[in-house]
This record gives sequence, structure tokens and C-alpha cells, in this order.
Amino acid sequence: MTAALVALGACIGAPLRYTLDHVVHTRLRSRFPWAILVVNVIGSLILGSLVAAAESLSEGAAALLGAGLCGGLTTYSTFAHQTIRLAEQGHRGLAVLNIAGNVLGGLGAAALGYWASLTLWG
Amino acid sequence: MSSEHRNPPAAHRLRPSAVIMVAVGGAVGALAHYGISEWFPPTEPGFPWAPFWINVSGCALIGVLLVLIDEVCARPHSLWRPALATGVLGGYTTFSAYSVETVQLLRGGHIVLGVGYAIATVTTALAALYLAELLTRRITTGRIERQR
Repeated sequence: MTAALVALGACIGAPLRYTLDHVVHTRLRSRFPWAILVVNVIGSLILGSLVAAAESLSEGAAALLGAGLCGGLTTYSTFAHQTIRLAEQGHRGLAVLNIAGNVLGGLGAAALGYWASLTLWG
Repeated sequence: MSSEHRNPPAAHRLRPSAVIMVAVGGAVGALAHYGISEWFPPTEPGFPWAPFWINVSGCALIGVLLVLIDEVCARPHSLWRPALATGVLGGYTTFSAYSVETVQLLRGGHIVLGVGYAIATVTTALAALYLAELLTRRITTGRIERQR
């Protein structure tokens, strides 16, 4: 049952990431991978708040929204691929910026979500 | 850079078939992630080895996969990339758990472990991806040259 909820959540999260990536890529035409940065930061924010509220969350809801939705929405592989691609194309500065943005942005968002959730429900 | 990036107009229409393949692939990847996490439950407080290896292996696999799709295959099927790279490997690896695990380690006062985990994951994942690309290019070099 838990596994099915994880799969269901990812079925929603992954296409959301794909769609946002497409829209941002067509509209912005930027070399910098904004879409993945945004989903990784938002996913970290959501998961941080979920984990802090874990006690008032059922196992099913945690699987659906945490491992499923946030797991499917965020990605490490595409982030790493885009970083290496930027570096290979000679955009070293953008590659470093992408690492800093995802790591620090993700950590900051996770901490913020955690803190906000504790403040609101804790 | 993939061919879909070079020819924006046609490729940038969002195709329902691709979205569906991303959803299916994402579910498969997330299940693999979930299965491995269940098999290797976290030892608290300790280095989160399961999430570490999941992200590192997913990055190595995407390195192999995208060299095969973008450089080796003459006419890759247009759904391979969304299904396998965006879907399966995107669902298998996760950034949100990486962020939250780091924050939890730091919050628990395990500063060295938290900072170590954050840095080790990002450096190992990037190195694994780069090495996987180089290795795949080297192994398939004959094929790439034949197609140029």
C-alpha cells in the first residue's frame, strides 16, 4: 500500500518537473537550468515541512507527498547532468552557480520549511 | 547538447506521450528508490549511505544513458529521454531528501556529519557522472566515429 502511494506521488511529481522544465526552457531560453533549480528548492521546502510535521501525518500521506511527490518532483541526476554540461561547454561560472544555487537553495528551503512547519503545527 | 535543444520549434511542444512516459518512468524510479531505502534503513545518527549511493548511482547511470542517446545512437527514439532520463532516473534520484537529511543532521548537532554528507554527495555524484560519460564515450568511440 505504501509503495503504491509512493508510485502515485511520483506519477504527479515527475510530470510536473518535466512540464515546468519545458515551459521555462521555451519561454526563458536561458542557458542556466532555472526549472530544475526551482523544483529542487520547492521540493526541499515541502519535504522539510512534511518531515517536521511527521507526527501529525499518517504513513500513507507521508509516502504519497514525501517519497512520492517530492521524490518525483526533485532530481539529483538532471541537476548533475546540467552542471557537467555547463562546464563542458565552457560555462564554468554558471556550473558553479548551479551547484551553489541547488545545494544552498535546497538546504535553506528545507530548513525554512522545517522551521515554518514546527512554528505552525508544533 | 541534445538535438531537441538545437531544434526548438517542433521539439518544444509538450507531447502527451512524453508526459505519460515521464509519469510512468518516475513511478518506476521512485519505487526503486523506496525499495532500496526500505532495505537499508537509516542508522541514526549516521551517514545516510542509502540516499548517498542512490543519488551517486543515478548520476552515473544518467551519464551513461545520455551519452548513448545523444551521441552514440543515430536515431534514438524520442521517448527514451523522457522515459528513462527524466522519468526513471529523475524519480530514482532525489534532491529533496538530500536537503532534508542534511538539515536534520545539522539540526541534531552533527555538524561534521551533515556538512560531510552534503559535500560528499555533490562531489561524488558529479565525479561519477563525469567519469561515466568519459568511460561510455571511450567504450563506444568506434560507434560514434562511424556515425559521423
